Amino acid sequence: MSTAATTPDSNYLNVTKGALSWLLTLDHKRIGILYLVSILSSFFLGGMMAMLIRTELLTPGDTIMTADQYNQVFTLHGAIMIFLFIIPGIPAALGNFVLPLMLGAKDVAFPRLNLMSWWLWITGAFIAVASILINAVDTGWTFYTPYSTTTGTSVTLIVTGVFILGFSSILTGLNFIVTIHKLRPKGMTWFKMPLLLWGLYSTAIIQVLATPVLGITLLLLAMERVMGIGIFDAALGGDPVLFQHFFWFYSHPAVYIMILPAMGVISELISVFSRKHIFGYKFIAFSSIAIAVFSFLVWGHHMFTSGQSELVNMIFSALTFSVSIPSAIKVFNWLATMYKGRIQLDTPMLYALSFLFLFTIGGLTGLFLATLATDIHLHDTYFIVAHFHYVMFGGTVIAFLGGLHYWWPKMTGKMYNEKLGRIASVILFVGFNVTFFTQFVMGSRGMPRRYFHYQEQFTSLNQLSSVGSYIMAVAFFMIAGYLLHSLAKGRKAPANPWGANSLEWHTPSPPPFDNFDREMRGVDPYDYTGWKYDESIEGYVPVGGGDGTRDSRAV
Amino acid sequence: MIGFLSTTGAGEPSFWLPSQSSTIAQRVDSIWEFIFWLSVFFFALVVVLGARFALKYRAARGQGTVATTDHNTVLEVVWTVIPTLLVVVLFWIGFRTYIDMSTPPENAYEIQVTGQKWQWLFTYPNGYVDENLHAPVNTDVVLVMTSEDVIHSMFIPAFRTKQDVVPGRYSKLWFNATETGEFDIYCAEYCGTSHSDMGAKAIIHPEGEYEPWLKDASNLHGRFPPVEIGEKYYKRFGCKQCHSLDGGAGIGPTFKGLYGTMERLSGGGSVLVDENYIRESILNPQAKVTEGYSPVMPTYQGRFNDQDITAIIEFIKSVE
Repeated sequence: MSTAATTPDSNYLNVTKGALSWLLTLDHKRIGILYLVSILSSFFLGGMMAMLIRTELLTPGDTIMTADQYNQVFTLHGAIMIFLFIIPGIPAALGNFVLPLMLGAKDVAFPRLNLMSWWLWITGAFIAVASILINAVDTGWTFYTPYSTTTGTSVTLIVTGVFILGFSSILTGLNFIVTIHKLRPKGMTWFKMPLLLWGLYSTAIIQVLATPVLGITLLLLAMERVMGIGIFDAALGGDPVLFQHFFWFYSHPAVYIMILPAMGVISELISVFSRKHIFGYKFIAFSSIAIAVFSFLVWGHHMFTSGQSELVNMIFSALTFSVSIPSAIKVFNWLATMYKGRIQLDTPMLYALSFLFLFTIGGLTGLFLATLATDIHLHDTYFIVAHFHYVMFGGTVIAFLGGLHYWWPKMTGKMYNEKLGRIASVILFVGFNVTFFTQFVMGSRGMPRRYFHYQEQFTSLNQLSSVGSYIMAVAFFMIAGYLLHSLAKGRKAPANPWGANSLEWHTPSPPPFDNFDREMRGVDPYDYTGWKYDESIEGYVPVGGGDGTRDSRAV
Repeated sequence: MIGFLSTTGAGEPSFWLPSQSSTIAQRVDSIWEFIFWLSVFFFALVVVLGARFALKYRAARGQGTVATTDHNTVLEVVWTVIPTLLVVVLFWIGFRTYIDMSTPPENAYEIQVTGQKWQWLFTYPNGYVDENLHAPVNTDVVLVMTSEDVIHSMFIPAFRTKQDVVPGRYSKLWFNATETGEFDIYCAEYCGTSHSDMGAKAIIHPEGEYEPWLKDASNLHGRFPPVEIGEKYYKRFGCKQCHSLDGGAGIGPTFKGLYGTMERLSGGGSVLVDENYIRESILNPQAKVTEGYSPVMPTYQGRFNDQDITAIIEFIKSVE
């Protein structure tokens, strides 16, 4: 591939052709696209499961399926969304594409390892989906013992799939850590990195350190199921609560694998679309690291009612509150960045504003759950379901969509329909709140989660929530529609449509195979003074002339 | 909108919370309310500022940059320290009440609880077993709980209390009900097929009416004919989860028309379903398993006396 022709029109998309040139590519951009297609397929599958859940819950009794089918559907919704979509979502799809470009590098440090990560992902995903076709698991995505060691469904198979997916995640994390350490260009000190890279770096640390624990836990679970070795099952002399400790020791940090890169994306979007330098760079950067560190110390807050000792509960409650501080710092810094800016309400910025609104609710409702006295009532109710979705969907998925719209022109070389983009983002925002705000109310009134039947008193709230989910589905079909349309008919994207200054905007859209035609130097990613708007291309060009892709103004 | 902001009310359910019917519920709700208003304040702060900035500083497409200060250490330290102090307060008040919630008072009235798929059983001090929780009003009551199979969780929303019920260990939950009446009990920890049907009622008796109720309820054999007692046991001890009465398929054979038939056994041979076979299947279920079923039924040795077993046999006979 190094002999590929590099004509002026050559880019990473057209430099070579054929299925194998994609499936065996070492190019981080193509691997990013492979991931993007893979995780969006998973998101579609998980979304279909969500629609089935909400449709079943239209009535208090049986609606469209049996209790066992419902238990399988909500398990698959959770497992697919968590392990196949949201964990790899921003790091592996957007991160793979953007990270080397932001560093002015030609690729990640280990391109072959990167391809292997994707193949591991495909293998793990294939096994996990195969388990659905054989006999779908009904344990919930948390696989709590002893239920998971005694149920007749194919737990061992899906656990094998998740185990393999874990290695994919570890290798991506390792690759990103080394890349950020070794491939930064001249002039890009740690504090000159775009904040997304701080987010991805913090995420990678968690991926490398926490994911092995999940692997060990799942192996132990499989050993108990297959060989009958008593580890978690009380009937075999094991301890069922031990599983919860193991599981959350990974799965709580995993929540931050999901949210940290999202926060990084939001830092980029808010600064660029406020046309203003990010406020409090170091506080945001360090708060990412702080969240990564604290994330390892709070797993016990999933277990306040499990029967662990009061002392342990007290310690985990206190540590949990400590995570709220760096999250609050980021929100205030983003607001301060907007202050006196020149705010452009383009689609990515609408997602960033949605994020601010929804993540604030997600964060504040976390206070009810970190507080021991109130958590006891709210634990395992729909309040938890709502809180989780406000953080994971309102936070991560919204940021992912913002990032997808922001980098879409860079990835595809095409502009999508801006008007439809804005409308869809508003529909999604409305639908999301209708779906999930109602669930806070259900939960605090006492409706437990994972309920197939529910009491009459919760009927109208459930129906409202289901209607909200259909509104969200409409928004997603719109988004899929105009993005696919843009691939065929979209206007050609300028090199820098938003006037951003991080290095990926200093090369054409889409980038050439080698990313840059020159050696790059580090710049202040949030200093936009070098760019001016050019009406004729509907994009930004350097103040000094040219299109910004031939010379690096920092040289 | 007024309903949306009304948080707690003594006794009656509010927009957000169910009825407030235990001593702890009142304390939990006051903390709930404090966090609620704190959250409303910070939410309003973020949304009002965000919306105001987005509208006030909104600019047409194609703007250049605007140069202002990009950090302010004093400001940033302030908005780090204030939330820190607030969460320290939250932690402390939450912990104080939690300690009282998790420590049963001395001399509390003790009721044993067993969770099993998919039913709660409450065993009273005299040995009487009921599928609902009965307790006197204004009395400290402690539930000593364990599970027969997987993890369950005892959740009584009106009392604002919840505790996981784990196989192989005991856990405790206590309350002091301040109102008489019936309150919902749920299983909050996912436990399989009928998880959402694993409910019960907490029935709180007025002063002086609990002991007479218990005495009366305990005298089953004096009050009901054996067939009716058998039916109660069928519902109460988990038989109905696996054995249908209408011929429907289940984890175990249906009871419909079962008595008097010849059943083929797994492993060969057959057996006549008579009094002795039913008795053996209750006390030693694994001895002769009907063909096509798994040997999963737990033994009821020690849980039924002969009089109880006779009642169950009479009930099975009656299902035709």
